Amino acid sequence: MGKLRGWIGRHLRGCVQFMATALGNGYAAGFLHGSIYRGDTKALCLPGLNCYSCPGALGACPIGAFQAVIGNRNYHFAFYVAGFLIFVGALAGRFVCGWLCPFGWIQELLYKIPFVKKLRRLPGEKWLCRIKYGVLLIFVILLPMTVLDLVGQGSPWFCKYICPSGTLMAGFPLAVLNPSIRAGMGGLFLWKTAILVVVALLSLLVYRPFCRYLCPLGAVYGLFNPVAVYRYRIDEHRCTKCGLCQKACKLDIPVYLKPNSMECIRCGECKRACPQEAILCGKRKDVSKKERKIINV
Amino acid sequence: MTEKRRNGIARGLLAIGIIFMAIGFFRGETEVVLRQAVNICLECIGIG
Repeated sequence: MGKLRGWIGRHLRGCVQFMATALGNGYAAGFLHGSIYRGDTKALCLPGLNCYSCPGALGACPIGAFQAVIGNRNYHFAFYVAGFLIFVGALAGRFVCGWLCPFGWIQELLYKIPFVKKLRRLPGEKWLCRIKYGVLLIFVILLPMTVLDLVGQGSPWFCKYICPSGTLMAGFPLAVLNPSIRAGMGGLFLWKTAILVVVALLSLLVYRPFCRYLCPLGAVYGLFNPVAVYRYRIDEHRCTKCGLCQKACKLDIPVYLKPNSMECIRCGECKRACPQEAILCGKRKDVSKKERKIINV
Repeated sequence: MTEKRRNGIARGLLAIGIIFMAIGFFRGETEVVLRQAVNICLECIGIG
């Protein structure tokens, strides 16, 4: 029973990540015909960074959808997508990054490939982590809202110039499957491919570089980590501040000091590593049933 | 910040999220999202 629990603990997240990717991109016909799904579910946002131009995508990417609405000449603010992000963020924070995001999962798989050296953090990590807030503010909000074409329409700047998820999940499959799209590819595609290659190579070296440094969706969800319904708490009575949680954390977060760091993707490695079971989440249970009995007595 | 306060903030944010989504729905924003998502986004795939 203990072994089974251990196995589930080690592999559950990978299974959930696979299922979330497969369910969000389950339109198999798109991969056969080089087209995309055109049904009504595309009006619904998926929680992770999942390009809606992926041949299999059944929902919309929240970052792409946000830019589409604020760049539309009839709207100045995207209440629907902002509401979605606030709701999901308040519920789970960056749990979405750790468990449901297809592009985060792909980076994790790349990190599993053996490489000469694995780094826990890059030089200037603190500053690099702040880039994603700049990306969110400039490329997702300001530029699509203010740089308009002749008919008053903005462009999805983040999707157009940065997003490697779109290149990988939509650009490459459509280029392979659809000759007319292949014919239209030029300098911009090369630029985006270069970004994807850099992210992929960095993923061999450090854990989830895109999520850490560039992802605007992670930046949004991270803001909610300290107050989200799903958050971590440290049982001060049990924690010995041994630092094993930080050692187990691939993002190098000192969990015993900052259990709700904005960088934490809730992978749960720290919880499993803690010998004192001092990291708690969900419903409040700092005190065990046995201890509660004693206290009640 | 106390746990009680964090819970209160979370509940408030959940309510704001639902209200925003409803406002967006009634303003017709879901139509814009749908229109964008059912057509191949040339910018997203790198054609521009």
